[in-house]
Amino acid sequence: MSLFNIFNVAGSAMNAQSQRLNTVASNLANADSATSANGTPYKAKQVVFAATPVGENGATGVQVAGVVEDPSPMKTVYDPKNPLADDKGYVTLPNVNVVEEMVNMISASRSYQSNVEMMNTTKTLLLKTLNLGQ
Amino acid sequence: MLNRLDDMLNFHAQALRLRDQRQQVLASNIANADTPNYKARDFDFRAALSNALQGNPAQGGTTLATTAAGHLRGSTALSTQSFLQYRNPAQGNVDGNTVDVDAERAAFAENAVQYEFNLTRISSQIKSMLAVIQG
Repeated sequence: MSLFNIFNVAGSAMNAQSQRLNTVASNLANADSATSANGTPYKAKQVVFAATPVGENGATGVQVAGVVEDPSPMKTVYDPKNPLADDKGYVTLPNVNVVEEMVNMISASRSYQSNVEMMNTTKTLLLKTLNLGQ
Repeated sequence: MLNRLDDMLNFHAQALRLRDQRQQVLASNIANADTPNYKARDFDFRAALSNALQGNPAQGGTTLATTAAGHLRGSTALSTQSFLQYRNPAQGNVDGNTVDVDAERAAFAENAVQYEFNLTRISSQIKSMLAVIQG
């Protein structure tokens, strides 16, 4: 039965999407963190998805191939009163693009929903198959 | 006699098996809606079904040549691989992904209904067989 494998496929996708959502949350929470544990400003993080075979019948799930740091330039704000400001009075702020992160969040949650629905449909089909001939 | 009973069920049983496989392919497409460079796939149901009905067990899947009794033949249960094709994308995507989620979800729902149809048909065939047997 390939239908059972759909649970693995959808499950892997849900896992990947929730990790993406996690990254979005971390980015949004740290959108203004001018310093972090290692003393440098927070850098936006992005997950990289990769297709991965699940089971033996050519089904393809999703895995998170890695979490990369956003290479875009950091924001700088002129704020000489801030203790973190450099000698010219500029503070370096994270390169988190809040609008982009919101879009990312909606996209991730929609994809997650699609996968949940897929699982529900599959469950219905399997239960109906169980009742075959009754 | 039993052979005929089997023949009666065969069409929908094969169709059911292929619907099962197609559901999995479509599920893979939806799951990978956000994966860069993933290409959406599907198979020609009509061709796969007519091939299955001709009683081709491997269904075009290649099997390993065996020259001695102990050789492994590999899996012949695998079926629709040779029918899998890549979808033509309606709209290109910058990340190389060709999944159109709406189309895939529509196909997924359609395939689920067709699966249920086959189930219902098999059920009613079993019922009519029972009616004939029990008189």
